[in-house]
Amino acid sequence: MYRYNDFDHGFVRERVRQFRSQVQARIDGVISEDEFKPLRLMNGLYLQLHAYMLRVAIPYGTLSSAQMRALAMISQRWDKGYGHFTTRQNIQYNWPKLRDVPDILSDLADVEMHAIQTSGNTIRNITADHFAGAARDEIADPRPYAELIRQWSTDHPEFQFLPRKFKIAVTGSSDDRAVTRAHDIGLRMARGQDGDIGFEVIVGGGLGRTPVIGEVLREFLPVQDLLPYIEAIVSVYNMLGRRDNKYKARIKITVRENGIDKIRELVEAEFILRRASFGGADQELLARIKTAFPAPDFIDAPIANFKTALAANDDFATWVETNLSPHKNPDYAIVTISLKTLGATPGDATDTQMQVMANLAEQFSHDELRVSHEQNIILPHVHKSHLAEIYARLADVQLAAANVGLASDFIACPGMDYCTLATARSIPIAQEIAARIDELKIERDVGLLKIKISGCINACGHHHLAHIGILGLDRAGVENYQITLGGDATQNAEIGKRAGPGFPADEIVSAIERLLEAYLAQRTSRTETFLETYRRIGIEPFKIALYGDGKANHAA
Amino acid sequence: MSIIVTDSGFAPAGADSHFLDIDAGHPPTDLADELNNIEAIRIEFASFADGRGFTLARQLRLMGFGGRLRARGQIMCEQYAMARRAGFDEVEISDADAVRQPQENWLARANWAAHDYQSQLRRPSS
Amino acid sequence: MSAVFKPKAVTANDLLEGDAVWLNVAGGWTRDIRKAAIIEDEAKGQSLLAAALQQEDVVVDAYLAEIRIGEDGPEPVHFREVFRTRGPSNYRHGKQEADNVPL
Repeated sequence: MYRYNDFDHGFVRERVRQFRSQVQARIDGVISEDEFKPLRLMNGLYLQLHAYMLRVAIPYGTLSSAQMRALAMISQRWDKGYGHFTTRQNIQYNWPKLRDVPDILSDLADVEMHAIQTSGNTIRNITADHFAGAARDEIADPRPYAELIRQWSTDHPEFQFLPRKFKIAVTGSSDDRAVTRAHDIGLRMARGQDGDIGFEVIVGGGLGRTPVIGEVLREFLPVQDLLPYIEAIVSVYNMLGRRDNKYKARIKITVRENGIDKIRELVEAEFILRRASFGGADQELLARIKTAFPAPDFIDAPIANFKTALAANDDFATWVETNLSPHKNPDYAIVTISLKTLGATPGDATDTQMQVMANLAEQFSHDELRVSHEQNIILPHVHKSHLAEIYARLADVQLAAANVGLASDFIACPGMDYCTLATARSIPIAQEIAARIDELKIERDVGLLKIKISGCINACGHHHLAHIGILGLDRAGVENYQITLGGDATQNAEIGKRAGPGFPADEIVSAIERLLEAYLAQRTSRTETFLETYRRIGIEPFKIALYGDGKANHAA
Repeated sequence: MSIIVTDSGFAPAGADSHFLDIDAGHPPTDLADELNNIEAIRIEFASFADGRGFTLARQLRLMGFGGRLRARGQIMCEQYAMARRAGFDEVEISDADAVRQPQENWLARANWAAHDYQSQLRRPSS
Repeated sequence: MSAVFKPKAVTANDLLEGDAVWLNVAGGWTRDIRKAAIIEDEAKGQSLLAAALQQEDVVVDAYLAEIRIGEDGPEPVHFREVFRTRGPSNYRHGKQEADNVPL
C-alpha cells in the first residue's frame, strides 16, 4: 500500500491547521456562512437534514487494518458508533459536531487519511476496481495510476473551481467493476501494439438528471502521457463547461453540446501544450509509487481444511458460493463481506464490525481491505485455508450474509433519512424489499440481480445502472418510487428504461415482487439471469407484471 | 481605488504597467501572435466560484507569456495560493474586499510554494 | 382571489450541532416544533425570516416551513419536515432519542 511521505504528511497537517482556524473564525463570527461554506465543503463537511456529515476519502477504496481501526475509533469517539460506506468508496459520518471536526481530521491525518476534495466542484476521490491487485482478469494493478492521479489532482491550482464536480475511475481489468463508463473520465487499462501498458480514455459518462454512457476519447493513451492528457481534458472542460445552469454543467453536457470530435480536437491541442510542462518527475514518482504496491507475499500451504469445512458446514458452503471471487493465485480467494445483512442499513458498519474486519485483514488478508462501490468491504487476498475461520468470525458480528450479487445486495444512497437533497427515503425501501425476499425464500433461485435505489434524481444510488432501479421522488408531498429496468454497470454499460408511473411507498415492495415473479416465469432456465431474460423478451412483459394488461401505456 | 496583493502583503494600485484587460473566458490562442509584445495582462474574475481564470493564466504561461499577470475581481484569500501557482504574479481586489479580508489573511497564504503537489510532479527528472 | 395563507414556522439548522431548530415566540430557537412561533400571514413570515437569516452566529439556512396546528401546538406538514422533527428511520438517533418526541 502507498504510505505518505513527508510531503503528504506536511500537506495534510497544514490543511488541518487551516481548517481549524476557519472553523474557529466561523464560530467566533469572524466569517459568515457564505464565506465558510466553500471552505467546509473543500474539507468534506456538509450540513444535512439532522446534523453535519463528514465525508472521508478512501483513495481507490484501499484501506490498511490500521486505517479501518481508526475509522472505527472515530465513529465511536466522535460519532454514533457507525459509519456509512458510499458508492464513491468513501465513508461518511452522519453526526459530527462542528467544533469536533478539526480533531476528527487530525485523527484521520494520524493514519494518512483526509476529507479533502470529497465535495465541491473539483476532482473528487479517485475510484478504482475494488479487486485491483487480486483479480484474475487484470492486466496490471490500476492503483499506482490512481495514486498518481490522486497526487496530481490534490489541491490542483486550476481545478478547485470547475463548472461542476469531476469524477475519475480506473480499472486494470476487462471486467469493468469500477463503472468507468459512468464517470467524467473513465480509464480502462489496455495493451498497445508492442505489449506496452496504456489506457483507453472514456469521457463524459455520468448519471444524475441526464444519464449518459461515456464515449471513447482516445483509444490508447501511453502511460507516460496520463497526467498531461487528463490535465488537458479537465482544462478544456474548465474553460468550456457551462456555468449558467448547474444541471448542464457536467462534462457529459459539454461533450454533448460540442460533440466528441470537437472536444477531442481541443484536448489533443491542449495536450501538446501541457505535455511540455511535465519534465519527467511524474514518471519517477510513478515508479516509486509502483514499489508501494507489490504483489503480496503469498503463503504456500495446504487447503484441505477448506474442502473439509465446505462439506461439513452448509451455511459456510452457501456463503462461499456467493461471497468469493477468483483470485489470481488459485490457492487464494477474494472475499466480499456483505454490508447488507437482513435488517441492516446498506453500506453501514458499526465500530465493532469495523474492528473485526480490520483484525481479519491484518491476520488473513495481507493487511488490506477494500471498499466497493457496491457498498461492501473486500478482503482481497485470503488463503483458502483461512476461509472457514473468517466466516465464523464474521458470523459472530452479523457480517456473514451470503447475498453478494443477489437481490438483497442493494446499492442504496442515504436518501431522505439523512440527505438534504433527497426527495424520498431509500433505506427503508431497501430494508422492506430485503424482508420480503427473505419471507419468499426466492433469493438464491432468482440469482444474479442488481437492485439500486436513489432517493433523488442525482442518482447517488446508481439506479440507472441497475437491473431493477428505484428512484424515490416527492409527488405532491408523498413519497413515490419510479422503476427503471435493464440497466447495466459493467463494461457493457447501459442506462435502464423507465417502466412507467411510480408507486407509493406501500406498493413498491409488491411491485418488485411481481417483477421477480415475472422473471421466474419467463426465464428459459435457471442459468438465464434477470438481465438476460429482460434483454431477450423486452420491457413489455415486465410492464404487464407491474401495471396489469393494457394499463401500462396510457397511465399518466 | 483598489489594493494589489503580493507575497509581501497589500499595496495601493499604482499607474505602473499598461495592462491588457481580458475576461476569464478569453481564448488564449487569440493572443498567441502578440504575446511577446504584451507587457502585462489582467484577467477579470467575475465570481470566486468561476475558476476559468486559473486555467487561462496557466495557458498563457505555457504559451510563453513572460510578462506580468494579474488577477482582478472576486478572489478569496484562500485562492491566493491557487492564483500564484497558476502563474499570476499578483491579485487586485477592491478596497471593500480588502477590509473584509485583511492583509493578514492573504499573508497566511504567502507560503504558496510550500505543500504544492504540482511542484513535486513537474520537476525535470533527476 | 388571493390564496389562503397556510400557517408557517421559521426553521433552520443549529450552527454547532447541525440539527433542526425552530424560531420561538421569544425570538430564540427551540428544538421542539411544538414550541415554534406560529406565523399566520405573509408579511410577518418574511420579516421573521429576514431576522432569522441575520442570526448567522447561531443558525444556518433558515427558511419558512408549512405547519398545521395540532393539540400540542405546531406540527409539520411535509414528510421532510416530519423527519426533521424526529430523525432518521433506520436508527433511533436524533430528536427521537429523547422520550418526549413521539415516533
